[in-house]
Amino acid sequence: MTPRERRTDPLDVDALIDDRDTRIVVCCGAGGVGKTTTSAALALRAAERGRSVVVLTIDPAKRLAQALGLSELSNEPSRVGAVDGPHAGELHAMMLDMRRTFDEMVHAHADPDRAEKIIANPFYQTVSSSFSGTQEYMAMEKLGQLAATDTWDLIVVDTPPSRSALDFLDAPQRMSNFLDGRMIRLLSSPARAGGRGIRKIVGAGFGLFAKAVSTILGGQLLADASAFVQAFDTMFGGFRERATATYALLRSPGTAFVVVATPEPDALREAAYFVDRLSAEEMPLAGLVLNRTHPVLAPLSAAKARAAAESATGQGGRLAAAVLRLHADRVDLADREDRLLARFAGAHPTVAVTRVPAVSADVSDLDGLREIGARLATVEDEPVVPALLREAR
Amino acid sequence: MTSGWPAAMSDVRLHVVSGKGGTGKTTVAAALALALAEGGRRTLLIEVEGRQGIAQVFDTAPLPYEERKIAVAPGGGEVRALAVDVEAALLEYFEMFYRLGVAGRTLRRMGAIEFATTLAPGLRDVLLTGKVKECVSRVRDGRRVYDAVVLDAPPTGRLVNFLDVTKAMADLAKAGPIHKQAEGVVRLLHSPQTAVHLVTLLEELPVTETLEAADELAAADLRTGAVIVNKVREQWLPDRSVAPAADGRVDAGRVRSGLVAAGLDLPADVVDGLVAETVEHAVRVAAENAAMARLDAATGPRLGRLELPQVLGGIDLGSLYDLADALAEQGVGARRADEVVA
Repeated sequence: MTPRERRTDPLDVDALIDDRDTRIVVCCGAGGVGKTTTSAALALRAAERGRSVVVLTIDPAKRLAQALGLSELSNEPSRVGAVDGPHAGELHAMMLDMRRTFDEMVHAHADPDRAEKIIANPFYQTVSSSFSGTQEYMAMEKLGQLAATDTWDLIVVDTPPSRSALDFLDAPQRMSNFLDGRMIRLLSSPARAGGRGIRKIVGAGFGLFAKAVSTILGGQLLADASAFVQAFDTMFGGFRERATATYALLRSPGTAFVVVATPEPDALREAAYFVDRLSAEEMPLAGLVLNRTHPVLAPLSAAKARAAAESATGQGGRLAAAVLRLHADRVDLADREDRLLARFAGAHPTVAVTRVPAVSADVSDLDGLREIGARLATVEDEPVVPALLREAR
Repeated sequence: MTSGWPAAMSDVRLHVVSGKGGTGKTTVAAALALALAEGGRRTLLIEVEGRQGIAQVFDTAPLPYEERKIAVAPGGGEVRALAVDVEAALLEYFEMFYRLGVAGRTLRRMGAIEFATTLAPGLRDVLLTGKVKECVSRVRDGRRVYDAVVLDAPPTGRLVNFLDVTKAMADLAKAGPIHKQAEGVVRLLHSPQTAVHLVTLLEELPVTETLEAADELAAADLRTGAVIVNKVREQWLPDRSVAPAADGRVDAGRVRSGLVAAGLDLPADVVDGLVAETVEHAVRVAAENAAMARLDAATGPRLGRLELPQVLGGIDLGSLYDLADALAEQGVGARRADEVVA
């Protein structure tokens, strides 16, 4: 079986967003594959098909943000005006403000005095802005908040452009481990904390380690961190509860994950990891969006086109040669994209796929998003290669 | 037009390669390490993000935290590769200055090492750049071990934070071994021995990010060497046809008669398909030309400019050598560093 003939099940995007039981759609994938645009296009399409939708974007490109009416971080959804259609619902959009979400969380879980104390701690600055994983954690926290309001019947979530697409699943746990205070107590007063058990395992090594860390990081930083973690201690239970609740929400039947990838080896590798991980966590996968593909529009093989280009001369010959050569390149590119998808599908045969042919310009208005939405929703029920092309090979 | 590889680059020993996600910076870094190794030199290719991107580009098993020969360059050169693991790097330091013994491994399992690097995000960057600096300046038998070091750096969004070690040092104690090492890193990164190369595609967002990164680098007193335009596609249409075709004006009758003259009598819908492909091609070419013009206007002759062709079949080891050749043809080469270190 050649890769081109391997079929993948089609991902029916309209069926997904029309289903009233779909309450949350999470778009994930490697950085730079078009997650934010895909999220926005899905949200707009769902709204124009009658749903009441909010889309949480992470870091939209300037013009996409403008298209959605998001000129600044507001951390609260605002209504997108021009939602069209006879059955149009409504669309709200927002951009995640990581720092403000964190602040709000602290205020929600601590009395005012303690909250002020935490926010004033210099170490809070580090944790709330540059801790790797904070953005992922806050995105999930915001999702939990939006879901809790019950204002919208569909929430579409974009995920942060992490080093690894999986980070947002792991961030809450990592953050919990970090904030649960065991380590910091060990480091700041290794003699008292941790108990005999740990000291027995690592022996004198830990004392040395603590000394080394404090030499490198400085006593002040450790003291700040220690004060921070202590102040945090009382609200820690609340944090962990929230993280657990959000995790449960992600596993609930109303949630659908859409993995976005471009036809590039790296992006598809990330997508494959993601699919495996979701399945291991029993999280519901709707399918793969293969973004920015270059389908062949004319059934003529690359070899034939190149051969003919060589003999194209005379009136119209130069133009015909250019047309044939650019077509041959496109066939090669489409071949490669098909091979990459076939490799993915071979390892993950049950994953439904929709392909989104590349648009030639970046999205700068709602019409651009509508076009992407339409391409997302086009169900291919035939193999990509028209019969003529297969004969021509 | 490409302005090529600036002459000053021959003094550079640390080539930092960055770019927006998806521009192919790891591939370009690998090709650059190969090109710089041509003619009997030895280069080191380093990655710092734990992605094992180098192993994927060279199609080998994941790299350990250890310098390994990964490719042979034309003319007897050699490329070695290193995937820096930040936790291992921290343990390495601790080993150097404190005798942790087997406790080190246990601490790592407990998450204590990760915790320490999490506590001070700057520490991670100081450790990573510290390891890079150690490789750049390593000397054996009075000679540099590496003629050049190529660093596959974090993407442009995180680049300046990563390289601005001075800022990261604020996280660290004002004295102590790592602080001292960090001062050496700062000196290297801001010296003429270091250049940052930015990989871009001829698309709007990557070009915008590249120009922003160049400004940020300049503001942080870090030197940008060359802008490397990656995946440049063949432009088949005659220049004067691009604008009308991008507007949808392709003379289908003329295409058709040209095809017939070339011996291809195709059904009308196939010709329509070809015309539609031509319009898409022209729209993209026009956008690429605009992106190139923006790059020219913003960077002018200030920065070097190199171009690498799109590899339609995808990158494999063979095409990596082709890309290295393409870089060498545009002037990339390292000065032999077998001079005795003063």
